[in-house]
Amino acid sequence: MMTGAAAIAAGGAGSARQPRNAALPAVIFAIFALMPAFAALTAQHYLVDTGTRIIVYAVAAVALDLLVGYGGLISFGQAAFIGLGAYAVGILSAAGIGDALVSLPVAIAVSMAFAWITGVVCIRTKGVYFIMITLAFGQMVYFLATSLAPYGGDNGLTIDARNTIAGWPVLKNDTAFYYFAFLCLLATYLLCRALIASRFGRVLRGTKENATRMAAIGFTVQRFQLIAYVIAGGIGGVSGFLLANSTEFVAPAYMAWQQSGELIVMVILGGVGTLDGAIVGSAVYLLAEEWLSGLTENWQVIFGPFLVLVVLFARGGLIGFCARLRLRHG
Amino acid sequence: MGEPVLRIKGLCKSFGSLLVNDDVTLDVMPGEMLAVIGPNGAGKTTLINQISGLLPPDAGTIMFDGADVTALPPQARALRGLARSFQITSILPGFSVLENVALAVQARSGSSLRFFGRADREARLNPPALAALEQAGIADRAHLPAGELSHGEKRALELAIALAMQPALLLLDEPMAGIGREETERQIELLLRLKGKLTMVLVEHDMSAVFALADRISVLIRGRVLRTGLPADVRADPQVVTAYLGEQME
Amino acid sequence: MTATLFFVQVLNGLQLGVLLFLIAAGLTLVFGVMDFINLAHGVQYMLGAYLAVAFYGVVGNFLFALIMALLASLAFGLLLEFLVFRHLYERDHLDQVIATFGIILFLNHAVRMVWGAAPLTLPMPDAFTGSVLLAPGQLYPVWRLVIIASGIAVAGGLYLLVTHTRIGMLVRAGATNARMVSALGVNIKRLFMIVFGFGTMLAGFAGVMIAPIISVEPGMGTNILILAFVVIVIGGIGSIRGAFVAALLIGLVDTLGRSFSIDVLRLVMAPSPARTVGPAIASILIYVLMAIVLFLRPAGLFPARGR
Repeated sequence: MMTGAAAIAAGGAGSARQPRNAALPAVIFAIFALMPAFAALTAQHYLVDTGTRIIVYAVAAVALDLLVGYGGLISFGQAAFIGLGAYAVGILSAAGIGDALVSLPVAIAVSMAFAWITGVVCIRTKGVYFIMITLAFGQMVYFLATSLAPYGGDNGLTIDARNTIAGWPVLKNDTAFYYFAFLCLLATYLLCRALIASRFGRVLRGTKENATRMAAIGFTVQRFQLIAYVIAGGIGGVSGFLLANSTEFVAPAYMAWQQSGELIVMVILGGVGTLDGAIVGSAVYLLAEEWLSGLTENWQVIFGPFLVLVVLFARGGLIGFCARLRLRHG
Repeated sequence: MGEPVLRIKGLCKSFGSLLVNDDVTLDVMPGEMLAVIGPNGAGKTTLINQISGLLPPDAGTIMFDGADVTALPPQARALRGLARSFQITSILPGFSVLENVALAVQARSGSSLRFFGRADREARLNPPALAALEQAGIADRAHLPAGELSHGEKRALELAIALAMQPALLLLDEPMAGIGREETERQIELLLRLKGKLTMVLVEHDMSAVFALADRISVLIRGRVLRTGLPADVRADPQVVTAYLGEQME
Repeated sequence: MTATLFFVQVLNGLQLGVLLFLIAAGLTLVFGVMDFINLAHGVQYMLGAYLAVAFYGVVGNFLFALIMALLASLAFGLLLEFLVFRHLYERDHLDQVIATFGIILFLNHAVRMVWGAAPLTLPMPDAFTGSVLLAPGQLYPVWRLVIIASGIAVAGGLYLLVTHTRIGMLVRAGATNARMVSALGVNIKRLFMIVFGFGTMLAGFAGVMIAPIISVEPGMGTNILILAFVVIVIGGIGSIRGAFVAALLIGLVDTLGRSFSIDVLRLVMAPSPARTVGPAIASILIYVLMAIVLFLRPAGLFPARGR
C-alpha cells in the first residue's frame, strides 16, 4: 500500500506504477557530465565518441518513451524522424548552408511536419494497426532516401564539415560537440518531464489508461495523441541533427526499420514509462553492442537471446528489475 | 416544466440481423429521474451508448438541451453537459482518485493544451474535484490510486467524476451492479440527495432502487418501449407485470 | 510498353503476390487467433530457404530437400513456440515485439555463423528449368509459373481447411472472438500450437520455393516481413481472404509500379525528371496504398469482427 504522498508523487510524475528513484536522473546526468574528464584522465578518448553516440540515441529514445510509455502509442517509425533530421543537415550542407542556427530549426520543422501529416492517418488506427502503419511510413521515408540519387541514394552522403553555430566552428572539437549533445539531451529530458506533469501530459496519460473514459469526460483523445506524436517527431529530428553532425555522414540506413526496432528495445530495456529508462537503455544497448562486438563479429547471436530473457524475466526493464531487487533486499 | 432536457425520437439500432432498439421515443424533463428497466438483452445499455455517443444510431434523432446531437462524438456531448457512468466501471486505475476527478474538472476549466506547469498542483482544479469527492462520500480516499478502491468505492468515484462535469443530464448505467447490499443502500441515499438538483436517466435491475428513486419509469422489452409512466402505474400495468415485473417482484 | 511486356510483368506481380500470401497467411492467422505479433516470421522464411539448401547438399534431390526443410521448419517453429512464444500470448504487444525482434537478431546472425555471409543458391528441379514461349521472342521461366500454381493451390487448400474442417471453424471463431473459443472448452494451447506450426511451415515453404530464383542470404527475411505486414494490415488482420486479396494487390502494384512508373510519368513530365522521380514513387507506392486504405478503413479491407 502506498502512502498518500507517494501516491501523489506517482500520480503527478507519470501515473507511473513503475517505482521511480528520484536520485537516478541526477546520477545519470552527473555521469554524462563528468565522462569527458574521466576519458581525458584515463586517456581513453574513444569514450567521448561512445558517449556521444549514446546521447544521440538517448534523445530519440526519450521522445519515443513519451509516446510509448505515457501515450500508449507504440510507434515503430521513430527512426524515420532521425533520418529526416539527418537528411535536413546533409542536404542543407550540400547546398552550402552549414550553420546550426538554420539547420537545427529546419531539421525539427521537417520532422514535425512529416509527423503531423502522417500522424493524422496513424492516429485513426489502433493497436497493431498503429504499430504497422508507423512502420510503413518509416519504410516510405527509407525508400525515398534510397532513391534520392542527387544525394547519394543507397550509399548516402558525406557532409563536408560539422555545422557552425552562428559562424563559430566550435562543434569541430569532439568534446565541445559532446557537451552540445549533452545539453540537447538535458533539454529534451526536462521538456518531456514538464510535458508529462502538465495539463496536456495528464490528458495524454489518461488516454493511455482509458481512452473511452477520457472521451466521456469531454476530451478529444486523438488531438492529444497527435500533438504528442508531433512533439516526439520533432525531438527525433534533433537526434537526427546530432547524428548527422557527429558522423559527418548521412545514409538511408539511419532509418531502416531495424533502427526503429532498436529504439523500442532501448526504451523497453531500460524500463518503459520512466524517461530515465530510455537513457539507461540506450547506454546499456550501445555499450553491450560495443563490448559484445569485441568478442564476436556476430554479437547479435548473444544479444538476441538476452533480449528474449529480459522480456520473459525482467518485466519493467532494468530499472524495474533493480527496483524489485532493492525492495526484496530491504 | 418547460422543454425536455433530452428528447429521443424513433431511435433504431441493430447489430447484424438483431434489432436491439426499435423505434425508441423518450422525453426526459428537467430535474426528473427517469428509470429505464427491462430484462437482460432489452437494449438498455445500447440505448445509453447511443445517447452518450459511443454508438451511432441507424435511425432516429437525439435532441439534447434543445440541439440535435445525433451526429456528435462522445466528447462533444460531454462538453455540452452530458455525463455518464459505465456498467463496467470505467476509471483511470493508475491515477489517484483525486486526479480522476480533477481531469473531469480540467476538461471544462480552461484549455488542456498547456504544456508547462504541474497540473496536479493547480488551484483551479483540485478544490472542485475534492468537493465532488465529498459529495460522493469518498473524499478520504482522494490520494489512493483509483485501482486500489473497493468495487463500491469505484462506483462512487464514477459518480464523483460525473458530478465534477456539472452535467445537465446524468446517465447512470446500472450503478448498483455487482456491489453489496450495504453499499447499494449508500448509493441510493447518495442519489436521493442529488434528486431534484440533477436530471438523471437511471438504468437498473435492482427494483427496490428503481422504485425508491424514479419519478417516472420506462419499460423496455426486446428493444421497444412497452410503457412509460409513474412508478405506481407501471407497477399496476398487467402487461408490464406479465412481460417483466412478475418474475422480478417475487 | 507492349502488351506482352505488360503481361510478363503481371505474371511477375502474381508471383510476388503468391509468395507474399504464403508468408502473410501464417502471420495473419497467428495474429488473428492469438493476437500475437510475430516479427520473427520473416526469419522463418529465410530459415526455410537455408534448410532446403542444406538438405539439397546432402542428397541432391529437390523434392527431398523440400520435404525435409518443411519438417525441419515445423520442428523449429514448434520449438520456438514451446520455449518463447507461448509465454508471451498473454503479454502486451510491446513485449511480443521486443522478444521476436531478439529472435530476428539471433537467427539472422546465427545463419551467418553457420553458412557464412555469402549468398547461396538452390538449384531448381530439372523438370522445371526451362522456359515457355509466351509470344514470339518472349520467354517466361517455368519455375515462376510453378510458384504461382503452388501458391494458388495452397490458397485453395487453406480455404477448404478453414471453411470445411473443425480446426478451421475454431480458427475462424478464434479470429473473431478468442475468449469464446476457450470458453467452449477447446484445448486452446494445442490449437495455438497447431496454428503456429502450420504458419511457420507455410513461411518455410515460401522460402524453399523462392530459393531457386533468388540468392539465399542472411537478412532475406526482413524486407519480405515488412511487405507481409503491409499485406495483412491492408487485408484486415485475421482474415485469410483479406490476406489473399491484399497479397495479390501488393504484388501487382509493386511490380507494375517498378516496371512502368517512368513510362507513366513521361506522359506528364520531361524524361529526365521522370527517371529520377519514377523509381522514388515506385518504391513507396505500396505504403501510400496502405495509408490510403487505412485512412478510409482503419481496420483493413476485410476486418475480422469483434476486435
